[in-house]
Amino acid sequence: MSMINYASREINCKIVYYGPGLGGKTTNLEHVYQKVSPNTRGKLISLATESERTLFFDFLPVDLGTIRGFKTRFHLYTVPGQVYYNASRKLILKGVDGVVFVADSQMDRMEANQESMQNLYDNMQEYGLDLTRIPFVIQYNKRDLPNAAALGDLQSTLNPGWEVTDPVRKRAVPDAYHAGEYLVQQLPTGEWVERAPYFEAVAVTGDGVFDTLKAVSKLVLKSLS
Amino acid sequence: MNFGATSWSLSEADHTSIGQVLQRFLFDSKARCALLVDKSGQLITTTGERPAFDVTAFATLAAADFAANDQLARLIGERDFSTLFHQGERESMLLADVSRRVILVVLFDHRTTLGMVKLKLRSAVDELGRLFERMFSAGLKKPAGSAPALLGDIEDEIDRLFQ
Ligand SMILES: Nc1nc2c(ncn2[C@@H]2O[C@H](COP(=O)(O)OP(=O)(O)OP(=O)(O)O)[C@@H](O)[C@H]2O)c(=O)[nH]1
Ligand SMILES: [Mg+2]
Repeated sequence: MSMINYASREINCKIVYYGPGLGGKTTNLEHVYQKVSPNTRGKLISLATESERTLFFDFLPVDLGTIRGFKTRFHLYTVPGQVYYNASRKLILKGVDGVVFVADSQMDRMEANQESMQNLYDNMQEYGLDLTRIPFVIQYNKRDLPNAAALGDLQSTLNPGWEVTDPVRKRAVPDAYHAGEYLVQQLPTGEWVERAPYFEAVAVTGDGVFDTLKAVSKLVLKSLS
Repeated sequence: MNFGATSWSLSEADHTSIGQVLQRFLFDSKARCALLVDKSGQLITTTGERPAFDVTAFATLAAADFAANDQLARLIGERDFSTLFHQGERESMLLADVSRRVILVVLFDHRTTLGMVKLKLRSAVDELGRLFERMFSAGLKKPAGSAPALLGDIEDEIDRLFQ
């Protein structure tokens, strides 16, 4: 739930990194923490187990600067990916403005990715939120690993698209991040489909981490207008 | 565009009214400081002695603490815990639900007692509740000229923020 504070002239937005256990959500936040200058970010808080698995959440506040005289601040959260922490995951989604799904590209994690995606839909639905209507991007992480699945396979499994029913949205929208691809397009069958923007990443080296964050932040700020 | 997530805004006037309620509460209860935190973990305001700790981190953890306890309450068959109390050696804190949307966190020390803080808390929570109910219903109506005008056509500015 974004909050616009006219008294302190601040806009606060909440972004949640979701996805299967060990997919690299915490690593994304750690990279952002290391790369942005200390005066534009706060503490990185991690509620984790002894073995560094996220137990409740990680949290990192980042100041993006000033828009129209308002200090714009994003609160980045990760959820615990392990299946049995669903109660905590649901709590962290409360008041979310934008979601990044961090998928693990490794072939043998495909099922875990799908399960987590389904779980995200279900949990959002419990808050009355529709993933196809709020800022949502997908990150295919761990592209560096030899057993990473082909991009096309990941896209067709995790981002097959949803039907566009609103007539005003039935027009081709190019994917600004991938030349020749479309976020909204008409299939040969005549049906219009929309996909979430996606990014390839290697979170351990930081590749794709800021592209992902930038894309979701833009969507969130646009959704406020 | 109709997005699922709701947003709300706090006007200067709202901020002033909230501040007045909190100041009166602090004066009456002799507590040190009060923080208002929205349930998604964002700090709304602080009143009283300026906290020496990281208030952003504090707000997030307080909201998480409250949310986890809310679920614990349900598991044991309670609707919720309307207040939570954490006792320390020197500092204690009391967390209270305001209209199921906001959390009032009160920090106090030996200059007062839990009983006193709780006694004065009730009316502060009621007053804040009325203020927030009004603000949230106004926020959902989205008056023209507030956020829309503020954030229209900002693509370039967003790019600049990220360079
Ligand atoms: N090779 C490779 N390893 C990665 C990459 N991103 C993360 N890892 C590693 O994967 C492991 C898990 O990363 P985390 O960031 O802790 O995963 P998580 O999604 O937060 O996991 P949970 O907290 O259990 O949900 C760590 O050992 C990371 O170093 C990547 O792009 N490539
Ligand atoms: Mg983690």
